[in-house]
Amino acid sequence: MKTMNKLMILLAVGSLVVVSCKPKGTKQAVSGDAASQAYIAPGEYDEFYNFVSGGFSGQMSVYGLPSGRLFRVIPVFSVDPEKGWGYSEETKPMLMTSHGFVPWDDLHHVEMSQTNGEQNGKWVFGNANNTPRVARIDLKTFRTAEIIELPNSAGNHSSPFGTENTEYVVAGTRFSVPGDNQNGDVPISTYKENFKGHISFISVDQETGHMNLAFQIRTPGINFDLARCGRAKSHGWMFFSCYNTEQANTLLEVNASQKDKDFIMAVNWKKAEEYIKAGEGEKLPVKYAHNTWDEATHTGTHTIKNEVLVLDAAKLKGICYFIPCPKSPHGCDVDPTGEYIVGSGKLAALLPVFSFDKIIKAIENKEYDGDYGGIPVIKYEAALYGEVVKPGLGPLHTEFDANGFAYTSMFVSSEIVKWNVKDLKVVDRVPTYYSIGHLCVPGGNTRKPWGKYVIAYNKITKDRYLPTGPELTQSAQLFDITGEKMKLVLDYPTIGEPHYAQAAPTDLIKNNGQLKIFKIEENKHPYVTKSEAEAKVVREGNKVHVYMITIRSHLTPDNIEGIKVGDEVYFHITNLEQDWDVPHGFAIKGANTAELLIMPGETTTLKWVPDRVGIFPFYCTDFCSALHQEMQGYVRVSPAGSNVKLYYHTGETVTP
Amino acid sequence: MNKLVFGAAICFALMSCGGKAETPQSNDSGTTTNTPTRDPNEYDPKRGLGKFNDENVKVDASLNKEMATRGESSANTKCFSCHKMTDERLVGPGWKDVTTRRTAPWIMNFITNPDPMIDKDPELQAQLEICLVRMPNQNLSDDEARDIYEFMRKNDGVN
Repeated sequence: MKTMNKLMILLAVGSLVVVSCKPKGTKQAVSGDAASQAYIAPGEYDEFYNFVSGGFSGQMSVYGLPSGRLFRVIPVFSVDPEKGWGYSEETKPMLMTSHGFVPWDDLHHVEMSQTNGEQNGKWVFGNANNTPRVARIDLKTFRTAEIIELPNSAGNHSSPFGTENTEYVVAGTRFSVPGDNQNGDVPISTYKENFKGHISFISVDQETGHMNLAFQIRTPGINFDLARCGRAKSHGWMFFSCYNTEQANTLLEVNASQKDKDFIMAVNWKKAEEYIKAGEGEKLPVKYAHNTWDEATHTGTHTIKNEVLVLDAAKLKGICYFIPCPKSPHGCDVDPTGEYIVGSGKLAALLPVFSFDKIIKAIENKEYDGDYGGIPVIKYEAALYGEVVKPGLGPLHTEFDANGFAYTSMFVSSEIVKWNVKDLKVVDRVPTYYSIGHLCVPGGNTRKPWGKYVIAYNKITKDRYLPTGPELTQSAQLFDITGEKMKLVLDYPTIGEPHYAQAAPTDLIKNNGQLKIFKIEENKHPYVTKSEAEAKVVREGNKVHVYMITIRSHLTPDNIEGIKVGDEVYFHITNLEQDWDVPHGFAIKGANTAELLIMPGETTTLKWVPDRVGIFPFYCTDFCSALHQEMQGYVRVSPAGSNVKLYYHTGETVTP
Repeated sequence: MNKLVFGAAICFALMSCGGKAETPQSNDSGTTTNTPTRDPNEYDPKRGLGKFNDENVKVDASLNKEMATRGESSANTKCFSCHKMTDERLVGPGWKDVTTRRTAPWIMNFITNPDPMIDKDPELQAQLEICLVRMPNQNLSDDEARDIYEFMRKNDGVN
């Protein structure tokens, strides 16, 4: 009887908690051993690297899991004065586009390179959402190695999702726009006739990582949102979520939410390759930037390309198929087996799960509901495996573990919902604080999920952290998923706005051949100074090239005279150190640019145009040794036309 | 007897807390070190600390000119920002007569494995108090180290 009573009370309390499901405080959600689960003792390593998009910061951040410690912010699409990215002469070309130098962008999604559908630890890609581009980051150096711009596109959102051997990374345009070679000076209200969608397939060289805009597929004018590759049995296919099939051009909030169903577009890219081999497709004049980083010269090169191969999906049959998907689908995620494709209609009250086998059968049997803009629309039921009923409100994205479970983020109801991919039953739900967007299970987009954690990336943190004025930090939350129930382990703030993120085991990255120094013997920078004896200052008209070296704890030359107002001075600084973790910095008073941060063995250039007569000190900005404060020098600037001779030295006090 | 017990205790402590971390032979970072304490008797001030010893370093009576030339070229990039060939100190001490003051293994160990040796060698510690800059690890290969040693011999008048 007593036990019975207790049980009743427990049940009553339990259901009360469940019913009043809007989370009120932190504590109720955290269990006793959470702190020890996230604790990494000083000197110990984390279990996973976590690559997190920086959203409107334009950068990518690297965290350790489970500790949530921030290791590095990799500058990608935005300038970073701390690292000289976009300020040094060598890095400026990396941010060039067909519109000129663009100092900012919005990085939403990351994609790690794969072999046979598993992470290989070589590269991570990121998308620029505003001025459409895709970047490749080299995971040996944690630096941006290449950036390619996308013509015929606007709002590169469904990007840079890759295929399972990183044959391609894709880039679907969010905004349809008139093609770049069409006359774009048209009334916006002519959307339906003049606006087109373009999906870019960027091929990736398996050895070098080098990107090439292989082809684009032209579609009717709609919005593309996200994408995932097929894997295993569905390798060779790519799935894109589409919205605004209403083709609205104003107040999309209302006008693009009219139809019961939008689409997931299935793309048979192997079929597209066949057409290309057969000589199909048009080569169209466009203009886009392709920027590459050369590790030997430590320099970026900006090239403009002028042509793209476009395949028209309406004319070239068998490349694209539309699958109806309820209410403006956002995420479009494929499970580790490659059989199940989950559409997350952000305004829908259910989650449709499509079957790859059924899609193929439907195509064979032509089970179509007519076409949309010349592309067949597969019957909903013919493609559907089943629906997850009442999963929550505002489903956005789904990741997978290795045990047949899916984890879907629910933006409106602020929760992660765990469900069984086979029987489509919801097995657990856990609140997030608040308004989760993306989520990440390590390897959760591959054939081989590592599982263990799911990380929520939240849009709103009201009341979770100390207030910092009107703008509050965004956050990540780490949940343990090793048990039946998801358990909140840790909250930590993130940079910018975190969208998608991926995580890989520490060893996969740590043992990929991490670079510790650049070998000075291999430095092929045109202005390298390989020894102190070669340090010099050379005048070419009004351009002055300073060949300077840094080593603990001096710069050579450190006294320079004979510079004149109106000169353009280029400090080409070579860091002669050959020891890990010993960069030197460089800054000079009044320079209208950022500092340099020069890695061991690297050469980097700061341009300085002195605006007045006087003595201008320069110094090392990165504390390097006990005599760091002694690591400094002077430039004497004389009036234009002065006859002070060019003179430089280090060490002896000489009067010129 | 007491010493022995104490020694055993240290041994035990090392084994039990050293745990999974291998004893670092060389330390990559130039600014911090955590070489565990060893019995000071282990350190051989004639040989230094590192892979080189009298067995694996062979020095002929006469100069190998080819090696010395290569050594000078490496030193030009990796050493001469801080060392002069005279006995004058720049950042570090001048090189004049270094080959008569030190053995070949000691020099080669020091230039390839500077941090652990600075932590160990009483004379290097005394030198650090004067120079205040720890000699950086310049990632010299074994051959480069041997060539540089040959150049030092040339600088000291070996023909």
